[in-house]
Amino acid sequence: MSSLFGRLNGDVTPFTEAFNHPSVSSLVAAGAASMVVVGAVALLILLTWFRLWKPLWRDWLTSADHKKIGIMYIVLGLVMLARGVIEGVVMRGHQATALQGGFLSSEHYGELFTTHGTIMVLFVAVPLVVGFINIIVPLQIGARDMAFPVLNQVSLGLTAAGAVLLMVSLVIGKFSTGGWTSYPPYTGVVFSPGVGPDYWIWAVAISGIGSTLSGVNFAATIYKCRAPGMSLMRMPLFTWTALCAAIMLVYAMPPVTVSSLMLALDRYLGFHFFTNDLGGNMMNYANIFWMFGHPEVYILALPAYGVWSEVAATFSAKTIYGYDSLVIATMAIAVISFTVWLHHFFTMGQSTSVNIAFGIATMIIAVPTGVKVYDWMATLWRGRIRMTTPMIYLIGFFILFVIGGLTGVILANPTIDYQVHNTLFLVAHFHNVLIPAVLFGMLAGIHYWFPKLFGFRLDERLGRWTAYLWIVGFCLTFIPLYVLGLMGMPRRMATFTNPSYEPWVLIAGFGALVVLMALIMVLVTIGYSIRYRDKLAVPLGDPWDGRTLEWAIPAPAPAWNFAVIPKINSRDAFSTEKEKGNPYVRPQSYDDIAMPKATAHGFILCVAASVMGFALVWHIWWLTALSFAVIPVALIARAFVRETEQLIPAAEIAHAHDAWLNAVWSTRGVTRDEEDSPANRGLAAPDGGPA
Amino acid sequence: MNPNPYPKLHPGLNLGPAHGVAHEGSEAVLFGFWIFLMSDLIIFGILFATYAASTGPMAIAGGPRPTDLFDLVSVSIQTAFLLASSLTCGMAILAMKYGENVSRVKLWLVVTALLGAGFLTFELRDFASMMAHQGTPMRSAWLSSLYALVGLHGLHITMGLLWILTMLALIQVQRLSNKVKTRLLMFSLYWHFLDVIWIGIFSVVFLAGLV
Repeated sequence: MSSLFGRLNGDVTPFTEAFNHPSVSSLVAAGAASMVVVGAVALLILLTWFRLWKPLWRDWLTSADHKKIGIMYIVLGLVMLARGVIEGVVMRGHQATALQGGFLSSEHYGELFTTHGTIMVLFVAVPLVVGFINIIVPLQIGARDMAFPVLNQVSLGLTAAGAVLLMVSLVIGKFSTGGWTSYPPYTGVVFSPGVGPDYWIWAVAISGIGSTLSGVNFAATIYKCRAPGMSLMRMPLFTWTALCAAIMLVYAMPPVTVSSLMLALDRYLGFHFFTNDLGGNMMNYANIFWMFGHPEVYILALPAYGVWSEVAATFSAKTIYGYDSLVIATMAIAVISFTVWLHHFFTMGQSTSVNIAFGIATMIIAVPTGVKVYDWMATLWRGRIRMTTPMIYLIGFFILFVIGGLTGVILANPTIDYQVHNTLFLVAHFHNVLIPAVLFGMLAGIHYWFPKLFGFRLDERLGRWTAYLWIVGFCLTFIPLYVLGLMGMPRRMATFTNPSYEPWVLIAGFGALVVLMALIMVLVTIGYSIRYRDKLAVPLGDPWDGRTLEWAIPAPAPAWNFAVIPKINSRDAFSTEKEKGNPYVRPQSYDDIAMPKATAHGFILCVAASVMGFALVWHIWWLTALSFAVIPVALIARAFVRETEQLIPAAEIAHAHDAWLNAVWSTRGVTRDEEDSPANRGLAAPDGGPA
Repeated sequence: MNPNPYPKLHPGLNLGPAHGVAHEGSEAVLFGFWIFLMSDLIIFGILFATYAASTGPMAIAGGPRPTDLFDLVSVSIQTAFLLASSLTCGMAILAMKYGENVSRVKLWLVVTALLGAGFLTFELRDFASMMAHQGTPMRSAWLSSLYALVGLHGLHITMGLLWILTMLALIQVQRLSNKVKTRLLMFSLYWHFLDVIWIGIFSVVFLAGLV
């Protein structure tokens, strides 16, 4: 039996645990597991009931369209965000009662902070950022798709496979309790013999390979597929940040793939990279992991900075201030981010000079980031500002992110870092940079680009309330953690005995509920907007008087993006055309367009990788071999496919494009005052411009 | 004077004497493959760094040392096989570019595969003899990092052999179509890259270990 099922048996689910040892903690675990099961079953029923299997397969799972792949990334990110936020709320709730012992077992608490961290960084922030790059970059550079559309599918498949493993770990077995960094020797086989660290290893390694391939794809796309005339220094800033993030993905993802596979070799085959005996060196793990970990932070932050650049310029109706300095700052951050990783373990015991060097590098990286903040503020200066939802996020970001950045500069000083190392001060710091920069950036991006993808705006009133809730919820939850950290409360502790912590954990616990409300409001906003989509429709494609190329095409963007590849003569290409007075010109002729054919390649690799990860976790060797064999077979079979493209006839494109142009010419444009009214059909009229 | 009709052609990248369209098609693909190789290089770089940090007495942990295990004659034979295979791989590309000669391309690829297999045979022989002398990866951190670095290179060679077989089948079916040519160029990049890595391994692992 053990050769057939490996380590699997009937006792590995939280249901059996809750049945045998009922307690609040085990019931919470069983509840979470049943949410996964019920959610999956409900999804299957809904898909069958509404007969959506075929469209799902034909239009989404096999699609090589970069926009659809991007949307799937973002949906994945939002689903995982829901889990990550709920886990955060459960943890805050536990700590709010932790003086009395709390309601979770300390092992369950350990699982929660591990999954929360792993999910939020690798399966929320990464899919959201990669999703946006996927969707927006080809539109901004005037391309029809990514350089490698099918590779793009594969990247999504591998990322999804990692997420699948995380979801499965809720129902079958237990996740790691070693934190999202999974430091050995604790996660080695001696101290953690169970399946938890194995789930972590394979989720991270498989999705990490997907992200590496994304980086390759993005870099090749931006370098090689730009429209004629789009020189590097004419690229929109989001594309610039995407380029830097892509290069960073290529260089930063391999280390985490290597470190997690080395950990796997230790655990599975008895190697001695990071063990306590026979020469293993666990600090080498910390080194390699953070060679990935620190650049990763900027891989996530840079594209969010790109969103801020677009939002600040568009909603101030001004050219971005300091384009050159923003580009240089982006590149500087990308380079310097590879020179600071050691600040994650100043306390390792290396020499003072090493600590000083990395401390200084860490302080220096704040400089280009500061340049960016000033550039954005100068962009707003005397602009035609509309306080739309993305702008509210931007203002929240300005204030909160600067606080988070400054606490980072404080932590960059090794002597101070020694004092607050491993306390909640650190937890407060990184939430204070990641949430206002990355999460707010992505939420602002969703509001900003949603109409381009779906053809209607998101409701502004609900959107604004959501933004306020996020900002307030964030402050209530995380500012108290600074205080607690300075009081000496360690991170990752399930309980505490010092009663003076209690008021602060109570505030943080209340704040977590506000964050939960904010998350629900995101869903409410989307649901409400779908319901009233007719009023919010902007089919003409330019609801915000946009400046870059993606706003020059219909909404939702057609499969071929551009009926005719545009010629670029300036930065803010679409804005320039509008200033000249005639942005909508009928092309002299249309050509057939070759687009990538739909293929199940990415989906097959996703299934194979998920099954392989699962089989490896549970030591089911025959299934490991079988699912692994699928991968080279699929890759080789793909090489023999000759017809990878389909032609869209020129007549079809001409028909669609001319219909859109006619609609543009027969519609009244709206000024910025009417932006948030049903009169906004996605055609912008000039309104005097900035003072 | 005959002006170059394709002034944008880079040396080494064009797929034939006058092959402008195919060249444009292959440009993004090869560029992307270069980037991929750079990320692969990072993987090797980390394993090199780990190896370099694992050669001290602590990491050897009382187990066998380089002088107990390395066989420089065998390693030299491997090196000769691999360098020769890079030459034959280059010959295959030249046959593709100038001759468009399908059977010659195939012949050079087969020779490349045989040389690669020869390399692998000797490498596995060395692994077996090391293991027979207590040199298993479970013995010490030094041996763990040795097997990870050299073994990963060997895995790459194995994948390269699989790739050659695939290319032979592909040429059989599709002749030297533009796609096949682009794939051959990618393969040759990959194969030469493995040579460069091997020279690093030869110097850092074997020569330095026997000094």
